[in-house]
Order: sequence, then structure tokens, then C-alpha cells
Amino acid sequence: MSSNGHPKTLFEKIWNQHVVVNEPGNPAVIYIDLHLIHEVTSPQAFTGLREKGLKVRRPDKTIATMDHGIPTTPPDIPIEDVMVIRQISQLEKNCAEFGIPLYGLNSPNRGIVHVIGPENGLTQPGMTIVCGDSHTSTHGAFGTLAFGIGTSEVEHVLATQTLLQVKPKTFAVRVDGTLAPGVSAKDIILNLISRIGIGGGTGHVFEYMGSAIRGLSMEERMTICNMSIEGGARAGMVAPDDTTFEYIAGRKHAPKGADWDAAVAEWRQLPTDDGAVFDKEIVINANELEPMITYGTNPGMGMKISDAIPDPATVKDVSERQTLDKALKYMDLQPGQPLLGHKVDVVFLGSCTNSRISDLRLAAGLLKGRKVAGNVRMMVVPGSQQVKQQAEAEGLDQIFKAAGAEWREAGCSMCIAMNGDQLAPGQYAVSTSNRNFEGRQGKGGRTFLASPLTAAATAITGQITDVRTLLG
Amino acid sequence: MEKFTTLSATMVAIPTENIDTDQIIPARFLKVTDKAGLGDNLFFDWRYNADGSPKADFVLNTEQGKKAKILVGGDNFGCGSSREHAPWAIMGYGFKAVISTSFADIFRNNSLKLGLLPIVVDKDTHLQLMSLIEEEPDTQVTIDLEAQTLQLPDGRKVSFPIDNFSKTCILNGVDQLGYLQSHAAAVESFEARHPARVNTLAAG
Ligand code: SF4
Repeated sequence: MSSNGHPKTLFEKIWNQHVVVNEPGNPAVIYIDLHLIHEVTSPQAFTGLREKGLKVRRPDKTIATMDHGIPTTPPDIPIEDVMVIRQISQLEKNCAEFGIPLYGLNSPNRGIVHVIGPENGLTQPGMTIVCGDSHTSTHGAFGTLAFGIGTSEVEHVLATQTLLQVKPKTFAVRVDGTLAPGVSAKDIILNLISRIGIGGGTGHVFEYMGSAIRGLSMEERMTICNMSIEGGARAGMVAPDDTTFEYIAGRKHAPKGADWDAAVAEWRQLPTDDGAVFDKEIVINANELEPMITYGTNPGMGMKISDAIPDPATVKDVSERQTLDKALKYMDLQPGQPLLGHKVDVVFLGSCTNSRISDLRLAAGLLKGRKVAGNVRMMVVPGSQQVKQQAEAEGLDQIFKAAGAEWREAGCSMCIAMNGDQLAPGQYAVSTSNRNFEGRQGKGGRTFLASPLTAAATAITGQITDVRTLLG
Repeated sequence: MEKFTTLSATMVAIPTENIDTDQIIPARFLKVTDKAGLGDNLFFDWRYNADGSPKADFVLNTEQGKKAKILVGGDNFGCGSSREHAPWAIMGYGFKAVISTSFADIFRNNSLKLGLLPIVVDKDTHLQLMSLIEEEPDTQVTIDLEAQTLQLPDGRKVSFPIDNFSKTCILNGVDQLGYLQSHAAAVESFEARHPARVNTLAAG
């Protein structure tokens, strides 16, 4: 609210509500409402606690799961990788010793950390949320300040429930208009990043606003906030509204009864005040957007799916030119070449960007009654065991299997290729995940980032395809 | 954390822009439960051939690389994931500072917490460093953290920014956790007036 002084942004309101101490010349000490933990970035933090003889200050505001290294093969197949086994048992031991609730290997609530927070009602507007994972920005879709931290900071939060933070700047991303059929949230965020570059949001927090954003479901908003980090921003946010409240209502950890009414009344105060000023702003016209795809080795190297690959010779800046040159070499692509019709070996539908039930519904809708092309391996990896169950209840698994796609257990899987799900050297993949860095999906593998619809269309034809040509 | 006051050392360059954390330390090396040995896997996929032998021409495999204490990278260094394994690996290899024209936020944050100095310089200085490294690889530069300067062999001193808090911690080799712990009372009174928004222990 603007009761004391100037109009404020959503970010400023949440920031102000969480500053515990702010000594001049030092970063602020901010309070953390929810701390999410997974097996890969936490072991060294617990070691730190033990060495210093410290306890976890608020296990009741902490929750753990396992996602990064977990196999997505059927649960009765034993895990082979001894290092993964060690990380899993470390996490189990750490959670037991420090009293932290864990959605463990066989929990029906296990899943990618950024999928399970929202689906269990843990992610609520106005909160500060951190996790040792850069895609914590996902939770900003609920009007939270949520960002990734390193393992030293994981230890700080475990020990004190606070973090030292330099106040970031604000960056308004206004998306007005209506998306055409075949164009989705993923295309909005890939478009933004292709415009501002992967360092464009450094030092800033995005607030996504405008009629196109208001029209999106919570899951679509999560897709957009998820990739804020790919635009260089640590966090991205959407102001909470009725769409947000409807999503949260009735979930496991959501407030109930009178608490719910009080919470909603509070949450309604959060949206940015009229006249609040942002440090930066960009406007995107949703009406003009088309399906997007990346061609290079960072998420900023994206284009409309019907465009041709840019020519490094036309890039003025020397180091930018070299970067593009190097990327095209790695991808084995030629300047001026179109990507439509380019053969792929793998289609990956999954990751914290696009593995929620609505993503699976979109892809299944297109695959229904069709087949995955013979040259393509399609993997469908639900974001959580709850998503998996829901999809199975709706019969989506049957559609995927009938089409010839693999239906897997929940996890990060081929998004990060730690669990054995990976590309072979030289293979091309269309992936609904968020990073196309060299080797990200397997050493020597080549990734095209795109939406679930583009992924499904490509799986059907075996080559990069504009989904609009397959829509009835 | 080790103290860092001044450092005179040679440099090596990996001039690529947008060096992401997946290149610095590929994800398959994140299955460790401690911090030891990560330096051996620094830039693994750029550094080793498919058969595991070192690529002779990759800078980290050269004598210059082995003795350098300062890494000069391209713009937007350290973008990508929040893995602290990235600065752990860089420090594990033996670097004490990284110089670039800009750093990704989380990487910079993580480095400052560990005492690996992320030094931002302007484009011209960056170019000058690159050509120095190419033409006279044994050139030393001097970092003075107290004065916040990088001194080039021609005597020119370039200032670099760092927040006072991190600077004091690194100069004294003090972990930032102590500062947070010193505010325990303030945290308690904050909690007393702050709504408990969620209880992960509550059965729902
Ligand atoms: S799905 Fe990918 S981006 Fe998301 S948390 Fe897992 S590894 Fe990270």
C-alpha cells in the first residue's frame, strides 16, 4: 500500500516486509519464509552446520525433496550410480538429524523442487522463498520474491532463516494483447530473452504485467517466471490475482477457513501501486508473437520458428560475433539456414519449465491419434509424482505410450542429464527445458529450446515443425 | 575463508562470452557430497579429449595456466545455475580472482562469500589485459583489495567496485554467517510480528 509515502512495486512491498536489519553500508538482512532443499546443493551446507555445531533454526519453514540425480526409470529398478545413492542417503540422514520434512524417494509428493512447492500450497503470495537452485524464480508466479542461492547461503538460511542481500533493481516486462493459437507462455519468455540477451536482467527483478500475463493460467505464469534467470534476473514476479487464489485454495498447505480469508485480504494489497516507478521497462506485443526456438548455445539465441539462423558476419561487436560463431560450430548449423525441417533425434518434454499437467495436456492433445516419428526418441517426464498420477488418471500416459513416447517417473531427467537420461554426442533434441548450454543435456548433445506444442509437433514429424501447421 | 589483501600474479584468459556454470563444472560432477577435488574437473569438457587425455592447447593444461592465480573471462561470466561448485572448482584449480567485464549475479554472490574475488573492469582494460596475456604471458598484475585497485604493468591503476561488507569480510577472512548470527535477537522480534505463512511440518 502507498499509505506511507510513494507508490510501491510488488517487489518493494515484499522486500520491505522482510527486512530484518538494514545497517548503512551493509547489505540488508532479509527474512526467508520458505527454504526448499534438494540433494545436490545441500550436503556441504549440512557439513558446515555440523562443523560449527549449529542447528536448523526453522525446520518448520524448510522442506526437502530429491529430483536432480534421481532415475526416471520404474521404481523397482535399483539405482546403480553409487554417487547418486550417496547423495540420496546423505539427504535422508541430514533431514532426519535436523528435523526437516522430506518428500523422499518413495513419497507420492516427490518431484522437481519447483513443481512441488506450488502444487502442495507451500508457495503463497508475499513470501520470500529460496532454494539452492537458480530456477527458484519459478515461484515468483505467485507474487513471491523467490530466487536461487549458493550452498554457503543455504547454510546461512538453515542456521539463521535469514540472508544478506543487496537490494536489486526493478524491471517491468509488459506483455499486452492475446496469444495466437499455437503460441504459448514459453514463446513469450523465449522472445523476451532473445531481445534483452541472457545478461539483460542482471541486477534486476522482473515483474511481468499486462493483459497477456493476466490472461495466463498459474502454470503458464510459472513457465515464464522460471526462465527469468535465463534473462539474467535472479527473480521474476507476477502480481497475485483471483487466478492465483483459485490455484492455491484447498491445497495441502494452503491456509484454511478464517486464515484463508485473512491471507487473501493481505495478498490483495500486494500488487504494484499505480504510478510506481521501475528502473527499466520493456513492452512486448503478444499479438505479434510466433512460436519460438533457439538455435545456439545460450537461451538468448532464439528466433521465430520460421526465421533463418543469423549470420555472424552481420554482427558488429567482435566478441558477440565470436560467440555466435562458436555456437553455430558446436550446433553444426549454417548461417542463413532455416530450422524448420531440421531433423532431430530426441524430443524431451519435461523440466521445471514445462512438466506440469497443463503442459502434458497440450502435448497429449496434439499426439492423440498420431505417432512419434520413427527417427525420434520422445521422453515424457512429469514434474512430480502428483503430476504423473493426475496425468494417468486422465489417460494422458496412454496417449503418450500409444504414440510411441516413453512415459517416465518424475525428476529433472534430461534437463540436466545427471541421472543417465542424456543425449549422445552429436544428437539433436527439441527440449521444453530452459538451458541449451553446450553439453547441458549430455556431453556433445545439441539442444533446441521450445514450447511443449512445438516439441510435440516435432516429435510427430521427426523434424522441427511449426505446430500451427498441425492444428485443425 | 582465507584472507585476501594483495595479490601479484600472472593471468590466463578464457575470452569466451557468457561462460556458463555448465562449462565451468559440468553437471555430472555435481554428485559429490564435499568440495574436494573439483579443481580437476574445472572446464572439463573444454579441457579433456573424449578419451580423458588433456587437450594440450587448452589454457588450463599449460604451464601458464598452472601457475596463474588470476582467470580473465569474457562478459557475463558465470551465468546459469546457482551451483557453488563453480567457484569451488575455480578455487580448487588455484585461482584467487576472476576478471571480466561483468558477472552473473549468483556467481558473483557465491564467489564473494568464498573469498574468490570477482573483479569487474571496463572493456578497454579488459582488451588490454587480453593482449598482455597473449604478448607477454609472464606479466604480473597486482590486486590491492583494500585500495580496490588492479595495477597493470605500465603502472596504471584501475579501480574496481566491491561492496564494503564483502570487502571487509574477505580482507579479514571472516565468513558472513557470523554477521547474520549476531542479529539473532532482531530475527526473534521480527518473527514475533511477522505472519507465519507456512508450516511445512503441519500435516495438511
Ligand atoms: S528441471 Fe532442470 S532447471 Fe529445473 S530444477 Fe531440475 S535441473 Fe534445474
